[in-house]
Amino acid sequence: MSSLLSITKLTKEFGGLTAVNEFSLELLPGELVGLIGPNGAGKTTVFNMITGNLVPTRGTIVFAGNPINGEKSHRITARGIARTFQNIRLFTDLTVLENVMVSCHFRVRSSFLSAILGLPAYQREAKTGEETSWELLDVVGLTHLAREKAGSLPYGQQRRLEIARALATRPKVILLDEPAAGMNPAETESLIELIRKIRREYGLTVLLIEHDMTVVMGICERLKVLDYGHTIAEGTPEEIQNNERVIQAYLGERRLA
Amino acid sequence: MDFQLFCQQLINGVSLGALYGLIAVGYTMVYGIIRLINFAHGDIVMMSCYFAFFGYALFNLPWWGAFLGATALTTLLGILIDMGAYRPVRSAPRISALITAIGVSFLLENFALVVWGGRPKAFFRPDAFGQVVSIGDVHILLLSIWTPAITISLLLVLLYIIHRTKAGIAMRALARDMETTRLMGVNVNRIISLTFALGSAMAAAGGMMWAMKYPQVNPFLGVIPGLKAFVAAVLGGIGNVAGAVVGGFVLGVAEILLVAVAPALAGYRDAIAFVVLIVILLFRPTGIMGEPIVDK
Amino acid sequence: MSVNQESRKSMHAHQWRNRLLTLVSLGVFALYLLWAENNASDYVIRILNNTAIFITLAVSYNLINGITGQLSLGPNAFIAIGAYTSALLTLSPAEKQLSFIIEPIIWPLSVIQIPFIWTLVAAGIVTAFFAFLMGFPVFRVRGDYLAIVTLGFGEVVRAVANNLQTVTNGPLGLKGLHAYTNLWWSWGFAVFTVAVVVRLIKSSFGLAMKATRENEVAAEAMGVNAFRINMLAFTLSAFFQGVAGGLLAHLITTISPTLFTFFLTFNLLTIIVAGGLGSTTGAVIGSVLFSFGGEWLRVVEEPMEIFGLDIPGVPGMRMVIFSIILIFLMIFARRGIMGRNEFSWDWLLERSPLSRVFRGGDK
Repeated sequence: MSSLLSITKLTKEFGGLTAVNEFSLELLPGELVGLIGPNGAGKTTVFNMITGNLVPTRGTIVFAGNPINGEKSHRITARGIARTFQNIRLFTDLTVLENVMVSCHFRVRSSFLSAILGLPAYQREAKTGEETSWELLDVVGLTHLAREKAGSLPYGQQRRLEIARALATRPKVILLDEPAAGMNPAETESLIELIRKIRREYGLTVLLIEHDMTVVMGICERLKVLDYGHTIAEGTPEEIQNNERVIQAYLGERRLA
Repeated sequence: MDFQLFCQQLINGVSLGALYGLIAVGYTMVYGIIRLINFAHGDIVMMSCYFAFFGYALFNLPWWGAFLGATALTTLLGILIDMGAYRPVRSAPRISALITAIGVSFLLENFALVVWGGRPKAFFRPDAFGQVVSIGDVHILLLSIWTPAITISLLLVLLYIIHRTKAGIAMRALARDMETTRLMGVNVNRIISLTFALGSAMAAAGGMMWAMKYPQVNPFLGVIPGLKAFVAAVLGGIGNVAGAVVGGFVLGVAEILLVAVAPALAGYRDAIAFVVLIVILLFRPTGIMGEPIVDK
Repeated sequence: MSVNQESRKSMHAHQWRNRLLTLVSLGVFALYLLWAENNASDYVIRILNNTAIFITLAVSYNLINGITGQLSLGPNAFIAIGAYTSALLTLSPAEKQLSFIIEPIIWPLSVIQIPFIWTLVAAGIVTAFFAFLMGFPVFRVRGDYLAIVTLGFGEVVRAVANNLQTVTNGPLGLKGLHAYTNLWWSWGFAVFTVAVVVRLIKSSFGLAMKATRENEVAAEAMGVNAFRINMLAFTLSAFFQGVAGGLLAHLITTISPTLFTFFLTFNLLTIIVAGGLGSTTGAVIGSVLFSFGGEWLRVVEEPMEIFGLDIPGVPGMRMVIFSIILIFLMIFARRGIMGRNEFSWDWLLERSPLSRVFRGGDK
């Protein structure tokens, strides 16, 4: 089986600082891979390069056979890679439903004139978008809050909304950036269930950044560990659990070579 | 165009460019730290001219006294505007701060119009600056030599402050990452006020020399130079102080030489800055010396 | 029925009721205009025309500043372009020959004359074209620069209007324009603008604009092409402002380079902020208040007597007051009158004593 997402020696340098050093990953369809490491290890930077928010200094990213490094983020989303953000970036003044409907806009092929005139072609596309949005709100369990302003939602539900919104772009690959951050154990369980469910129902491939070990050990099939931009280990969760270097990295101690 | 004329115009351009540079510094520092285009900055230049004018004409201060007093008052004005108008909207969406800046700009202009009248006031020009020096057939005001010299000196002082003092390092840190710097215990408001103070002081220096060069002081004198100075800041790389001065020189020389080469375009000289801006945005948005601002 | 299906059904029933209410209101207003045309004083008619044009300007300005969140300072330049375009096309060749006394007007403008309505279309298109040219470099880089670029553009337009003698007649301007603009033109176009803008905002495109305003990075991550949506808002906004310029030119019948100053943009900015940045209803309310209030404020520039003291009129005082109002609004009342809310018949009817009558189908 060939990789869906193929990342080769991806590097990001900011002036003198190397945030990510030669990160490589072959993501197979349907996999659920975790990206872990101490804070500041460069995990979100990797995400940002995949989704087009940052331009890589070196390296290539190939998605479904097409090279995508340097493309703009809306184009990459259209290709089928979606993401959530570490610091929630909801459209706070829009309603919950509207937040999800935004993700359906790029599929509208009609012109703005059609929209203004209310032509049937546009009406159909708008209706499809609305239906998709309701469906996804149902999946994440936020239907009853559809008309509330996104900013007024409690934290855990904002995170669910982020996921719904990303899903509405109908991606093949979804990048989740610390989806369980700030959640209590019950919410975390719920989240794990949700991720399993959407993976199953939508045939998603998932790349996940997480600190919460319950999530990491619970659903990740494979892990890559980053520290100061370098990949220091990879393997199954069991293998990583006992890896000396990983333990050191998290504890902050460095053994001299 | 013969060589004499070229030298003459080159010197004019350099001295005009130095002024743009001094004003541009204020724009670039404020934008670098709080991402605000301080529309009122050009009007601060205008106020400095009026301060100096009244110091000299009303209070009979010696010219250097008027200049010092004006610089102090202008610096104070810059700080007051930041504290009174911009600080309250610091946490609001960016468009709010921009609109507030426009409001302040408009207020300053019309305040000057109402209080001091629309008729231009004749600014003084002390001999130290007003004397004409001749090299061959090229005649230049001493002012035209002082201006770039003072500009570069002030730039060096400013660069020293930014790179070698604690406050300056804090300024640069805030420009790069406000949240983290705040968490490190830096008094953000005070550093921002300092930024405004430095920018306003430079603007005052620019204003004084501007008024000696073009001795007609009116309430709207800061509008167009302000716009051009901002373009100079973008040209040099927004956020980069040395770049702002470099951008100023480039713009000033370009403006003077273009009009000298094509006098028919004289009516459009103000439009040159606009064209430069569009060209920069199209081909090199980070400017001559700038780094991309990773802001999102 | 599920929760969504139920709420969507009642939404549709209300939609037709609301549309009917809107049409009836417009009809009533049209009757008023009919009466006013023949019976109201010139002063009132002038205010009505001004209000309509301000509504057009404010509502379209709100589209780029409020809905899309990009600060444009372009209106005065766009109004000028629209005014000149329209005026140069309505004047007859003979009239142009008479006006252009310093240098003759260039061909083909010297021989063109087209009906008023098409000059308005041309005004809109030409203005939109310039907006397109400007928006392109700006939105590719960062929307922050839009303010400065449009401000600079205003200066360029003024410089061109003043210097391009063979096209604009320079400082002399264009006089003797036929007063085509009447209540029907000004209000007709105002209603048209509001209708188009409202429909756009309610559509997927409007949602994309709001999302870009809220968080451009997130919007792009959800597939929104921020560049395109910014360009759409900016260009469309300019179109309406261009046409409004044409209407304005044929209302005041004389245009010159000094007419379209930054003050005009500043007023519009204050209007939409006071009404509520992001609310079309707010823009309308702001325009009405400004049109009537502006008249009242003229008072401070005339000499007046308070408590027996003679206070001399102070020219420019109005502008000082306006700038203080704007700063005050931004610091203390940023959301304006409407915030980001819009008028809806639902809201009004729920609060009226007739609510039970109109509740209709959902008992």
